[in-house]
Amino acid sequence: MTLAGPAPLPSAPLPPGRRPVAGRIAGLAVLAVGWVAVYASLRPAADALVRLTPLDPDGALGQAIAFFLYDTPKVLMLLTLVVFAMGVVRSFFSPERTRALLSGRREGIGNVLAAGLGVLTPFCSCSAVPLFIGFVSAGVPLGVTFSFLIAAPMINEVALGLLFALLGWQVALAYLGFGLAIAIVAGWTIGRLHLEGWLEGWVRELRTAPADLPASSLGLADRIDAGTEAVRDIVGRVWPWVIAGIAVGAGIHGWVPADQLAPIMGRDAWWSVPAAVAIGIPMYSNAAGIVPVVEALLGKGAALGTTLAFMMSVIALSAPELVILRKVLTLRLIAVFVAVVGLGILAVGFLFNALFG
Amino acid sequence: MRDVKVLGPGCKRCVATAEMVQTEADRLGIAVAVEKVTDLAAIARYGIAATPGIVIDGKVVHAGGLPKPEDVARWLAA
Repeated sequence: MTLAGPAPLPSAPLPPGRRPVAGRIAGLAVLAVGWVAVYASLRPAADALVRLTPLDPDGALGQAIAFFLYDTPKVLMLLTLVVFAMGVVRSFFSPERTRALLSGRREGIGNVLAAGLGVLTPFCSCSAVPLFIGFVSAGVPLGVTFSFLIAAPMINEVALGLLFALLGWQVALAYLGFGLAIAIVAGWTIGRLHLEGWLEGWVRELRTAPADLPASSLGLADRIDAGTEAVRDIVGRVWPWVIAGIAVGAGIHGWVPADQLAPIMGRDAWWSVPAAVAIGIPMYSNAAGIVPVVEALLGKGAALGTTLAFMMSVIALSAPELVILRKVLTLRLIAVFVAVVGLGILAVGFLFNALFG
Repeated sequence: MRDVKVLGPGCKRCVATAEMVQTEADRLGIAVAVEKVTDLAAIARYGIAATPGIVIDGKVVHAGGLPKPEDVARWLAA
């Protein structure tokens, strides 16, 4: 059935690009001022709260509680900021557009582009297989597709936001840089190995023309909405993990003696990097729960490279994702994928330990 | 009767998208037949790279992420 004439819609929907923007900007400005004011008073507020209790502020429990009270709102606020910014930036990209940019691209430059786009393109993990097929069948080289597929989960906004919040921009930037490097080199390596024959047969056969989607011209209002939506979706989903992670971190902070971990996770224990990767690959957690723990471990003498290698292998490679990918990749190709990415993370772990000693 | 296909391997967002299409269609009084396409090869043949996708009367109108209800209304009414 089609509606005849000017349809009397209950609320006439405005197309993207024509939604009003002034109210949203005013709202954002108010939020920004409030954000700064609250953020600046977090530390005094946490200390004052601890002093209200009969606890010794320098004792283990007092320290753990002060850490928790200060870190939880701080981390959630910074996370919200980063997720919002990423949501707005990502509204400029779509998997469709990324595919068009990458299709027929040479290896090398294609891998670099794919890794960068992997960070910026909005992408949900349940889309991994359709995306893989969509890319390969539209003529994106296999290695270039892998660069995208490695970068997208490994460098996520939650990990980036939390590293920035807890460990500073240097570490966040190093994580971004090394994550991109792994995606580029691993994808390029897989491409050089010419493993197209190791795809499942029906994937190799499939040739599709990209869908002709109506061009959507988003306006500023839509992009602000995209940022808000990202915050609602992502922060709304991960906040319990963040709090759980900070609680564990607070426990480590209060009770584990300083440098206790140096012998097993310190930079002199070279074997701890491969051990961290081997433990991390089958593990599946999200970045939200793991980064606060990482921060606490670092405070107790664990080496940065070792802990980051652990975190990257937990986030980048996970058993559920591999099971999904099995639908399109043969076991041999999955093994190569895991090995190449695992070796990359290993290299980053050793390099970090050497650089940030 | 408009023929709507929701493309997706069966994740949460795909289910939510199918429900949204039905809700919006009911609200606007448009008769629709909503079908979920979960077969990966079938999804790929529509040429989309991200799910969930929406196909209305054979034409792809959306790919990737949960659509906005007002956009769904616009596509259905178009």
